[in-house]
Amino acid sequence: MHSLILAATVLLLALFGYALGRSRSRNLAVASGQPLHSLPTYYGGYVAIWCGLPAVLVMAVWLGAEGAIVRALTVQSLPAALVSDDPDRMALLLTDIRNLAAGSIVSRDVDPALQAAADHYQSLRQTGFASMVVVVLACAMAGLVWARRRVVPGLRARNHVERIILWVLVACSTIAILTTIGIVLSLIFETLRFFEKVPLHEFLFGLHWSPQTAIRSDQVGASGAFGAIPLFAGTLLITLIAMLVAGPIGLMSAIYMAEYAGSRLRSTAKPILEVLAGIPTVVYGFFAALTVAPFVRQSGGSIGLDVASESALAAGVVMGIMIIPFVSSLSDDVINAVPQSLRDASYGLGATQSETIRQVILPAALPGIVGAFMLAISRAIGETMIVVMAAGLAANLTANPLEAVTTVTVQIVTLLVGDQEFDSAKTLAAFALGLMLFVVTLGLNLLALSVVRKYRERYD
Amino acid sequence: MSGEPDYAARLRRRHRSEMRFRFYGLLSIALAGVILVVLIGSIVLKGYSAFWQTHVRLDFAISAEQVDIDNLRETNWGGLVKATLRDMAPGVTGRRDKRKLYQFVSPNAGYDLRDAIAADPGLLGTEFSLWVKASDDIDMLTKGHLDRTLPESDRRVSDLELGWYDRFVGEGRIELRFNLDFFTTADSREPEEAGIQGALMGSFLTLLVTLALSFPVGVMAAVYLEEFAPKNRWTDIIEANINNLAAVPSIVFGLLGLAVVISLFGVPRSAPLAGGIVLALMTLPTIIIASRAALKAVPPSIREAATGLGASPHQVVMHHVLPLAMPGILTGTIIGLAQALGESAPLLMIGMVAFIVDTPTGFTDPATVLPVQIYIWADSPERAFVEKTSAAIMVLLAFLACMNATAVWLRRKFERRW
Amino acid sequence: MVTNGQQDENPAHAAARVKMQAKKVAVFYGEAQALHDVDLDIREHTVTALIGPSGCGKSTFLRCLNRMNDVIDICRVEGRIMLDGEDINTPSLDTVHLRARVGMVFQKPNPFPKTIYDNVAYGPRIHGMTSGKSELDEVVETSLERAGLWKEVRDRLDEPGTGLSGGQQQRLCIARSIAVNPEVILMDEPCSALDPIATARIEELIDELRTNFTIVIVTHSMQQAARVSQRTGFFHLGELVEVGNTDQIFTNPDDQRTQDYITGRFG
Repeated sequence: MHSLILAATVLLLALFGYALGRSRSRNLAVASGQPLHSLPTYYGGYVAIWCGLPAVLVMAVWLGAEGAIVRALTVQSLPAALVSDDPDRMALLLTDIRNLAAGSIVSRDVDPALQAAADHYQSLRQTGFASMVVVVLACAMAGLVWARRRVVPGLRARNHVERIILWVLVACSTIAILTTIGIVLSLIFETLRFFEKVPLHEFLFGLHWSPQTAIRSDQVGASGAFGAIPLFAGTLLITLIAMLVAGPIGLMSAIYMAEYAGSRLRSTAKPILEVLAGIPTVVYGFFAALTVAPFVRQSGGSIGLDVASESALAAGVVMGIMIIPFVSSLSDDVINAVPQSLRDASYGLGATQSETIRQVILPAALPGIVGAFMLAISRAIGETMIVVMAAGLAANLTANPLEAVTTVTVQIVTLLVGDQEFDSAKTLAAFALGLMLFVVTLGLNLLALSVVRKYRERYD
Repeated sequence: MSGEPDYAARLRRRHRSEMRFRFYGLLSIALAGVILVVLIGSIVLKGYSAFWQTHVRLDFAISAEQVDIDNLRETNWGGLVKATLRDMAPGVTGRRDKRKLYQFVSPNAGYDLRDAIAADPGLLGTEFSLWVKASDDIDMLTKGHLDRTLPESDRRVSDLELGWYDRFVGEGRIELRFNLDFFTTADSREPEEAGIQGALMGSFLTLLVTLALSFPVGVMAAVYLEEFAPKNRWTDIIEANINNLAAVPSIVFGLLGLAVVISLFGVPRSAPLAGGIVLALMTLPTIIIASRAALKAVPPSIREAATGLGASPHQVVMHHVLPLAMPGILTGTIIGLAQALGESAPLLMIGMVAFIVDTPTGFTDPATVLPVQIYIWADSPERAFVEKTSAAIMVLLAFLACMNATAVWLRRKFERRW
Repeated sequence: MVTNGQQDENPAHAAARVKMQAKKVAVFYGEAQALHDVDLDIREHTVTALIGPSGCGKSTFLRCLNRMNDVIDICRVEGRIMLDGEDINTPSLDTVHLRARVGMVFQKPNPFPKTIYDNVAYGPRIHGMTSGKSELDEVVETSLERAGLWKEVRDRLDEPGTGLSGGQQQRLCIARSIAVNPEVILMDEPCSALDPIATARIEELIDELRTNFTIVIVTHSMQQAARVSQRTGFFHLGELVEVGNTDQIFTNPDDQRTQDYITGRFG
């Protein structure tokens, strides 16, 4: 909150600098009789940028680094009795110190050493913030004064300002790259730590998944089992069911909309699909868990089938419903890209519409449709909320859609939701699963996009 | 060939197959429509009753001695409510029966009494009545969600409670009233006290962070890529990257948030700030793609005209291209924000799933958001939370509908064919 | 009854049986009228050329003859078009059946993205015209032969039709439509996308096909009309200005507009 006030102050200073630069350039031009190189607003912008940009950058770096530095200083000042080599215990200790400093309840008895550490931590934070305020404001003022003095009619202010703006634009466009790098690095880093604890082959080929590591090492199942095959199988089963629902319905509605529907029907059907696409997944999850799953269970029961209350069928069907609009809008695009001349040729030979669609349009659109289905599959694999709410937690290795299965995403959520230390195999397993998910969906997407692109080039 | 009976029969068959095929297409669309109706219908049917809440009228006669008017906190308000309940149902002995009686009204009824007295101390020493919330089981009973015909052991409300209930109904003490508290309170373990204000505030703060980060960055990135970037490998990579980022599963962004935003940068867990950053990264591709499309739609003739008048490339973009593309950019931004508003999976990863009773007021307060609140309530066992969940979904869908309608309106109003 | 020869003055053409007959045909696209009261006889085993400046409605008229305009939502056709004395615009008439009788070749070669064999076999297959593989093989071979393409493609029937050159593709499209054994073939500027050599090849082919089929060809090239057709109709601004034997239209037109057009004053 205080940082926000500081940022606002810097912003105000920059605005002030803008006004200053603008009026100064005008006055100088009038006084010296020399024409300005750029419009006065550019001189204003010049001062404002020199005032605001360095200060904001300093502040950002400071805020990013402050936490780590204060933590290190606190650890340094700790009495030897409290320090241990175990990073888990140190993390816990630091959390306690932080909580104590913030005045919250802590998980251990407060001894004077801890209280002292907390006080120290608190004072470090306060000093840190105070010095940040001083440094940032000094930066802003210095920039303001320096830039104001440089404002003379001959200064090529527009070129300066535009160059800086260009660099800001470049920086913004690299954020997408940084995000990807961030995802890849964080996943790989934690995954490597996971494979230090659990061998790769056990994870990839193991048939048994029970990540509940016991707290004490002498308890049953202390080690946990991290064979991910049941998760992959469960994900595939639910994805398969979803595609069995979404594939035909999505494709047929796309065909109908593209080839048969008049503008009136299209203008009602399109919004229906768009609304289906806009409904948040948590709503689908609720629908799956509270409406579809009991319905499936009851209808199964009425014909003598034993259906689990969190059956793969219910989750898969609802996920399929969620994907229908995705399949249909992608297929619609693809079908519309098939040139009209092929339809004409087929009709000219006396083919009916459905013969034309089945024997000419669909074969011609096949690569595009395959691409669309691949994107849909990747979507289904990565979908989380529906399965978290409607699929099971237990890792069953089964192909029976009436039983409960679990999926990769469900396990990621269950492993990470709730409080646990950041270093256990259980937590790290979530990152390993996340990496698998990322790699598989990325692969599917790249493949699908290249298939679709090739297909489009063919008819362009 | 026309005269051959074979051909005629075959033609009939072909037309039948044509009709069949058409029918399947129509069926698919109809099915999608039916599913939508069932989905929305089931939620509305389950949830509309949550906007009303069963209240019970309690008659009080509290003397000034029973209350320390200067220090309202010290009074045992719960005890006063219990005493009134005992008066209303005389003859209840036995600890278990008494406990059942006390559970007839919400455990927070005492606070309602306190607030009433604080608002009007003149009530002391007089006889007055106060409507307080009934407990969730009684609420469900009133709304017909509990089956009275079941054997006593199978239902949540015992025969004894049913007896009180029927008597109170006869005395006009039970009433369904509009549940304004649903919008003005935060989460609670008691379904009758739980509301969505906390989640709404959390969603608002989170979206504010998302907007503040993703809009400027997204627009600037789009401007660079569309207007200034040279066509080279590097921009190709950026472009491919943005497209792929748009298809990365949302939960992976949650993992990124956990590993980088929280662990590395030290942003507090469960805070709207953390959630907003994660959602901003997710929304960024949507905004960039939409903004680029809007910029691309501005015809080159405008750029040429401005350049011809001596404007610098920056001035061309700032003065002409960007203003013309703004409606399209805003449409894309609203759609991106609507997606972010409905997103929940990545927020589970960064701890926004905690049970939080206080409405957040700042960007670093622990908070939850509306979709996650829905998830939390959907997981709660109490029957009464089903209607709360559905009602919260209705509120969420209403917000999404408004945002999307705004986007459509913007597009219609400013749509320009060059 | 019909003699061969290109520039014949044989009055036998005038006497040939009328295969199709348009009476007061008018076409509307939404509110705009594209064709006004066209009356035209199309005679059996004759090549009828429709010429005129672009946008004059000649292609629109051609597409009426096998109801290809049905594909366009806003298009409305009035008047009567008879095929062997039967109105093709009656609602009970089956367009599928009609188009099997009245085939069409389009402006741009549009082979299906299938093999050469499957392209030609497409029509016979959907209409169930053959009862076995060998019979189908025969139909494909004769059609390709009649289209003059057999020699060039017989060794690569299973290669995609889209891999052929433009002229070959157009001949493939012609083979594809004659495989259905239609009575009339409509050709919508079939050579406009082709080079002169390929064009000459198609023109020869059209003349050969005349023995078996009735042909209506829309062309923007007057020379082509003069080379391939026996009868010519001149369209201007949605009206059929004049129709007659080709040599008469090109040497001695009745109407001043025809005269202006063929002498190159406009077009």
